[in-house]
Amino acid sequence: MIELVLDVNGAERSARVPPLRRLLDVLREEFGLTGTKEGCGEGECGACSVLLDGELVNACLVPACQAQGAKVVTVEGLARPDGTPSTLQRLFLERGAAQCGICTPGMLLAAQRFIDLGATPTDEAVREALAGNLCRCTGYSKIVEAVIEAAREARR
Amino acid sequence: MVIPAPPGKMGPVPLPAPELLVGQSPPRLDGLDKLLGRARYLDDLTFEGQLWGRTVRSTVAHARIVLIDFDPSYDWSGVTRVTARDIPGENVVQLIDDDQPCLAWDVIRHFDEPVALLACADREKLEEALRHVRVEVEPLPAVLDPAASTQVFKHYRYEREAGRLAEAFARAHRVVEGSYRVRHQEQLYLEPNAVCAVPRADGGILLHGSMQCPFYVQRALKRLLALDDERVAVVQTVTGGGFGGKEEYPSMIACHAALLARAAGRPVKIVYGRGEDLASTTKRHPGVVSHRTAVAADGTLLGGEIDVLFDGGAYSTLSPVVLSRGAIHAPGAYRWPACRVDARAVATNTPPNGAFRGFGAPQTLFAVELHMDRIARELGLDPLDLRRRNALRPGDRTATGQELRESVSALEVLEAVAERSGWASGRAQPKGDGPKRRGLGLSLVLHGAGFTGSGEVKLKARAGVELTPTGCRVLAASTEIGQGTITIFAQLVADALGLPLGAIEVAAPDTSRVPDSGPTVASRTCMVVGGTLEGAARALHRRLAAYAAEVYGGDAERIACVGGTFREGARAIATFEEVARRQLADRGPLVIVEQYSHPPGIEWDDDEFRGDAYPVYAWAATAVEVEVDLDSYETRVLRVVTAQDVGKAIHPLLCVGQIEGGTVQALGYALMEEVVHRDGRVANDRLQSYLIPTALDAPPIETILVENRYPHGPRGAKGVGELPMDGPAPAVAAAVLDATGALVPELPITPDRLRAALKLGAAPTASLGETPLGAAE
Repeated sequence: MIELVLDVNGAERSARVPPLRRLLDVLREEFGLTGTKEGCGEGECGACSVLLDGELVNACLVPACQAQGAKVVTVEGLARPDGTPSTLQRLFLERGAAQCGICTPGMLLAAQRFIDLGATPTDEAVREALAGNLCRCTGYSKIVEAVIEAAREARR
Repeated sequence: MVIPAPPGKMGPVPLPAPELLVGQSPPRLDGLDKLLGRARYLDDLTFEGQLWGRTVRSTVAHARIVLIDFDPSYDWSGVTRVTARDIPGENVVQLIDDDQPCLAWDVIRHFDEPVALLACADREKLEEALRHVRVEVEPLPAVLDPAASTQVFKHYRYEREAGRLAEAFARAHRVVEGSYRVRHQEQLYLEPNAVCAVPRADGGILLHGSMQCPFYVQRALKRLLALDDERVAVVQTVTGGGFGGKEEYPSMIACHAALLARAAGRPVKIVYGRGEDLASTTKRHPGVVSHRTAVAADGTLLGGEIDVLFDGGAYSTLSPVVLSRGAIHAPGAYRWPACRVDARAVATNTPPNGAFRGFGAPQTLFAVELHMDRIARELGLDPLDLRRRNALRPGDRTATGQELRESVSALEVLEAVAERSGWASGRAQPKGDGPKRRGLGLSLVLHGAGFTGSGEVKLKARAGVELTPTGCRVLAASTEIGQGTITIFAQLVADALGLPLGAIEVAAPDTSRVPDSGPTVASRTCMVVGGTLEGAARALHRRLAAYAAEVYGGDAERIACVGGTFREGARAIATFEEVARRQLADRGPLVIVEQYSHPPGIEWDDDEFRGDAYPVYAWAATAVEVEVDLDSYETRVLRVVTAQDVGKAIHPLLCVGQIEGGTVQALGYALMEEVVHRDGRVANDRLQSYLIPTALDAPPIETILVENRYPHGPRGAKGVGELPMDGPAPAVAAAVLDATGALVPELPITPDRLRAALKLGAAPTASLGETPLGAAE
């Protein structure tokens, strides 16, 4: 067991966990942050995507010990401080980019990472950035539209 | 606006200003919770004292069970064990033929069939315990090839002017034959199956779960546990996709969780891993469809014979109804002066196949559409012209003898796609002479809205509204699975009551609190349940208008709620809230539940397989442009243009979302998705080996919404859920044919299959029994 201490969405959190416990389980079961979803458990679907020190990772593939002292951002950390949706979240809603919603948290974090990098939001670049996150409902067009628009607003 | 009331109801209904919400795209009601990460799916919920459940499964395709051995040397403390012996009622998962056991007892009929159940508070101990259960068997010969199966689940044969078939073939300019094959496809909802059964003090069960059809689950639990209505409640939790995959299988998992929960006396949660979900749950039926068609020199269809063979898997589950939809859609969107359809679903020792968006139609429509391209090529005709010539028009009859009276849009969608895709210039363009070839293909399909045949008549779906102090609550069993059910219900009801969207609540589907609106399947939610709700909301409006007239004075017939205020002409009488509060205080709760009935004149004969198979059809044409790489044999979709007649788009953004999502799922079916079986077992049970389209695979899609209103649907709406699944795969195959000259008669069009088709030269024909349908290649 290790004493895991990390920053989750700007707040310090700690838990006593086995070192190889998945970050996904730590977030969901130790901290009650169930916004991060499990779709496959082997890093193929991206539903459990979170930001780990700014990098996009699949939380199902990250052992707890590797997150020691790290800064983690989950879907619960994307809203504005007053709890209202971020520009990206608002655009997902307005453009019809979320349907069943199970891929949405991971998709938002992949999109946020793309926006944070500040690259030019072309259709191709956005699709490349989201290629590790599967969605079965939307056909992706609405998601790509929302991300391009959010990235443009962020660059203004 | 005054519209006539339906027969048997009160006089003319003054309607509030039309088009208040319907036709607009307000934010979906469940959207904010999903975007903020607050939506609670089944696995996000914790239950006091909860155990985890696991399923012991067969490791053989067909065998007699000799012994289920729980290792006597293992410490079983803290582990609950269940076998078929512990079932209090009947060992069956109730559906149609009721041939599928909840737990195998004497015979195993497919790989990964449930045999025993375990539950434990500690997941690690549970996984360890699984390894201490041994199922001793005597193997039996397994039938894996449907062509070799002797067990027929269902056989339909229907004809139109069959007496003229021989004559049609005798005077045909050409007889064109072709055989087409499709494989298993996985629904791949991103949230795996999940339920939690909570035992109740009265011996009953409260079941929470990810599902499409709460009342299917409730009926299955009652029969398995020998319990009455009052002691089984089923509540749908937020559901992460279904696509048909959560139509029938959740009943099985719910039965398992309930048995464990009753044995343990504690809640039991079962959440499938992706591998278990892929290996053991239902898939789209694979099949072979053969056409023999008599055509005139100008391309006019004279007569056709169509044979359909579906592999149902080990139990019949939904195969009879998947087959009937497949058989009815087999002649496609065309006029057949004479036609015969012979369709069978047979048993094999493979996991049962079941519901998947389109429900038999994508399979048979792929065949007829690609066959049209074969005919066009053999006759030297433009595939668009061939379709124009033969497409069904208003007043025509379908192969089941149904006269098409309303909302018939085959030509309209076809012309829209021809124009927007640049068909004529696109086809005329050089295909390229290097390794990369371009091609353009199209398809035309129809899709029956609602249950097939007498389904809705037998079901008698009910849905209703309950007055609240500030608006009303929708009561329906229809589930929100991402497609937008609750938002469109609220729009329809709000408009009928003259209220803003925020005044409408939608009750969670809970079998103890909502009427049985039937399952959330068959493109029926908007047309059938939405229409019934709209009727109930109008009845509520009449009741409140009458009450307002009584209390405040005025003529009830002329009083209408507009924008949240009851008015008589220009005179404001009282706000909806005032009237509602006063009515509730004065007369008590007000709930209005209505029952769906077909519009007059819809007749279906089950025995003869004749008549109005559906009240109405939705129509779609799809053009696909592809680039084929002749070095790698890979096919890439460059763009899709599709025109779809849904009657009326209640929420255009959600409607387009259905079309774009269904289109990409269908492109996966066309090019990459195939569940491979090895000795009856799913070999690619991981997302590393079962691939679905990513954002990079998905092309830009131009959607043209055609709104040819259906007079008996809510505000003119028909169905949209399944329609987009039907057309893209044959359009891809037609585009590959245009690009390369090779007709690949089998899905998915993998590099291997394309290479084989190119080697064979033009228009090879898949023949039955070449390779078993389920076999690995």
